[in-house]
Amino acid sequence: MNELVASFGGRARRIARRIFSRPRIDLPLAIGLFALALAGLTVLYSASNLNTSMVAGQASRFLIGAALLLAVSRIPPSLLRAWTPWFYLLSCILLLVLTVLGEGRGADRWLDLGVIRFQPSELMKLAMPMMIAWYLHPRPLPPRWRDIAAVGILTGIPALLIVKQPDLGTALLVVASGMFVLFLAGLQWWKIGAMLAALAGAAPIAWHFLHDYQRERVLTFLHPENDPLGTGWHIIQSMIAVGSGGLAGKGFNQGTQSKLEFLPEHTTDFIFAVLGEEFGLVGVLVLLALYVFIVGRCLWIAANARDTWSRLTAGALGLAFMVYVIVNGGMVSGFLPVVGVPLPLVSYGGTSAITLLTGFGVVMSIHAHRKWTP
Amino acid sequence: MTPRHPPESTSRPPRRRRPDTRKRLALVLGVLAIAAVGLIARAVDLQVVHQAFLQQQGDARFLREVEIPVSRGAIYDRNGVPLAVSTPMLSLWANPDELLQHAERIPELAQALGANTVDLTRKLEQRNGREFVYLRRLMPPEAAKGVLALEIPGVNVQREYKRYYPDGAAMAHVLGFTNIDDRGQEGLELAYDGWLAGKPGLKRVIRDRLGRVVENVEQIRAPVPGHDLTLSIDSRIQYLAYSSLSAAVLKNHAASGSMVIMDPRNGEILAMVNVPSYNPNDLDSSTPAQRRNRAVTDVTEPGSTMKPFTVTTALESGKWTPTTMLDTNPGTFTIDGHLVRDDNNNGRIDVSHVITYSSNVGASKISLSLTAQQMDKVLHQFGFGASTGSGFPGEVGGYIPPPRTWGDFVKATISFGYGLNVTALQLAQAYSAIADGGVRHSPTFIKGDDNPGVRVESTYIAGEMMAMLRTVVGAPPATAPQAAIADYSVAGKTGTAHLAVAGGYSRDRYAALFCGIVPASDPRLVGVVIIRDAGGRGGEYFGGKVSAPVFREVMTGALRLLDVPPDNVQQWYAGGPVQPAVAPPPQPAGAVPVARSTPGAVP
Repeated sequence: MNELVASFGGRARRIARRIFSRPRIDLPLAIGLFALALAGLTVLYSASNLNTSMVAGQASRFLIGAALLLAVSRIPPSLLRAWTPWFYLLSCILLLVLTVLGEGRGADRWLDLGVIRFQPSELMKLAMPMMIAWYLHPRPLPPRWRDIAAVGILTGIPALLIVKQPDLGTALLVVASGMFVLFLAGLQWWKIGAMLAALAGAAPIAWHFLHDYQRERVLTFLHPENDPLGTGWHIIQSMIAVGSGGLAGKGFNQGTQSKLEFLPEHTTDFIFAVLGEEFGLVGVLVLLALYVFIVGRCLWIAANARDTWSRLTAGALGLAFMVYVIVNGGMVSGFLPVVGVPLPLVSYGGTSAITLLTGFGVVMSIHAHRKWTP
Repeated sequence: MTPRHPPESTSRPPRRRRPDTRKRLALVLGVLAIAAVGLIARAVDLQVVHQAFLQQQGDARFLREVEIPVSRGAIYDRNGVPLAVSTPMLSLWANPDELLQHAERIPELAQALGANTVDLTRKLEQRNGREFVYLRRLMPPEAAKGVLALEIPGVNVQREYKRYYPDGAAMAHVLGFTNIDDRGQEGLELAYDGWLAGKPGLKRVIRDRLGRVVENVEQIRAPVPGHDLTLSIDSRIQYLAYSSLSAAVLKNHAASGSMVIMDPRNGEILAMVNVPSYNPNDLDSSTPAQRRNRAVTDVTEPGSTMKPFTVTTALESGKWTPTTMLDTNPGTFTIDGHLVRDDNNNGRIDVSHVITYSSNVGASKISLSLTAQQMDKVLHQFGFGASTGSGFPGEVGGYIPPPRTWGDFVKATISFGYGLNVTALQLAQAYSAIADGGVRHSPTFIKGDDNPGVRVESTYIAGEMMAMLRTVVGAPPATAPQAAIADYSVAGKTGTAHLAVAGGYSRDRYAALFCGIVPASDPRLVGVVIIRDAGGRGGEYFGGKVSAPVFREVMTGALRLLDVPPDNVQQWYAGGPVQPAVAPPPQPAGAVPVARSTPGAVP
């Protein structure tokens, strides 16, 4: 008994020593994230009509996220991997709770825990790639059909729960982040082809189950001019905002589209348009460069990771991050349908910022511990 | 999902698949790069290629040019009494989209507006998708502010002006009215719209999505406020005229009436009223018939009021003098197979008494010695057959048939006022010309208008005519004893004309006219009264009985108001009402028979 306690205590001490030994921060990634957060707060300050309390709120969430990032980066990947199923399970339960509580209350994506309100679906965006990586980690790669089926179940359950909210966009992103892991795990091309074919076959059936407003969004995306005052409003106003910015933009706090409330959701989903309007093409390029740098660094870390779980998780997280950027940018510039995907670390929104930074904590832990073996 | 932890990866042989993952990562990187490039290309497309178009689209969304409302000029009477004033009012409007998003507050709004919830909702739903709908226009500021205080989203306010007419019905026809956009629609409001309206300014403003003005950018055009207008109308006399005429129309069961009072010295119109009238502050409850300014838009055959111009032509021809005798026996006269009739046989009378007794036979006989061209020329000189040039909207010029078409009978009928038609304003103008010693002034509604006038007959003939017209206002058988005014000498002429109806003349419907000049020795006022369709239910219908008393009543007040010195005061010292200077034979005469009852003596 004493031995057991002693050995347990010894192990805990070892872990604690490792966690608190020296900073295990990946400096380039940290600098990129810091610059992005600063840029995000600047744009938000303007987009919110110089609302300092809003900016302060967002900054405080960044600080919470940064703290979580630092903490997680010191936890060895093996431990993170070991905790992954519990994290995944917790996210699933929270989604389930939300589904039960939110019954019949329209689009409710928020869970109010009294002290904090957050979106469990954002949590799932982080939990999903980790979980799939955890599942594939001990198994032979490339994945076999039965592994694919298991992955399907693992992604399908939370995705369905999110669709119920209803939040199709997030559900698709969660599924996608699971699929990225499969792809990075070396899924054979012919299997990918087969899955895509099955998906194409299922699309008409899925269309049948879509909510009316979701169908409308897709149709509006295809023909925004048809309903310029209704659902096409978002896209048209957003394109005008981005386009009227020109090369150098109208200047900080000078954007008319957002200031005069023509641009909807200008602090959240459409904040990219505010950036485009006020800082022009130059601003857009700078922001995209920051994103590409951050994602590139993530992929580099993934390439140099030691084990399957680390490699897949870091790669999928970086990939998902970039996909958020592309989906949001495509939505704002009229490329893609309007789905409620925030611009990572720039859009106003707490859960997203905190979970994203936590995710980067995982990536940093993978980087910092790449040569470390327990 | 048992989290049974698998063995550490390091405990197995290194994976052969690892290079594959790296390849995948490189591939992913490539795809992401393409996507990023795609995004950048799109940004360039929007921000460089289509920048100008989208910039302009953006500007068009918030930069708007809006009018700066200006208040319309006020209208004053000749003494500075306001007749039409613009008061600032508030118009409530809504953004239907925004308001419908707060549909639960619509009943509250409807109640505040005094409207029906269902109607209001329907109105909003019909305009759903647009940005603007009036909820209620021209509300009193306190009421509008009360609604605004509810702070219902989407409800906004704008300032507008509402015209207010303090004198209501009495002044309605002269002033006309404005529409809800404060533009003149009728009457002088229309005639002088350009002067009164001013020019709204124009400014460029920034408006947000809900149409609220966020910032004024620049003034493009300065607002020019409307000019005030001072009329020649005297609101006191106008009111007198309106009340007397209304009473007379009511008392005589008449259909309508008009009265015009003109200053013969300069053509200024002091009063112009019509009955029925309407309340210009409540247009919705008026009918088009009520809104007609009959004094200028309706023509009447003038009947015997035309005879002075026949006699004027006769005097001008040199063939006649006021004392030239003519025989009206036996009170009828046949021309071209048509019978001209006096109601009574006036026997042998002079030209002057043709006027006094209003003899149709006398006028006809005089006309036979005149040419059609002579008569036509005089009528035109006195302003008949053409618009008076008053500039009043809707004014008609009346009708005189071309003289080459006149036969002897037409000459005769025109000599006593049938076969042509005139307006009340034209009659006022023509009698003013006689009153002003033969100088005709175009009627004007503006005080101090420079209006020298034109000479249309010699001072001598005008004087002779005045003398004849004075004989009309005397004891019977003169035709207008009821026009006599205490302390003042009055000249005038009655007329009673059968109304022209489809297919000829009505046997029992008449226009009762009286044209008067006062004081006759130094004319200050000319009044024309026309009462149409009087005498229903067996009542009076003669000009001397129906219209002359209106003239007397109004002028009595007007002379006092204008401080006109009496020119006939010796009667006070004589201790009784003035007796007519002429003592004619006791036969009634003319198309207008002399009153059968003895008129009430003038006090």
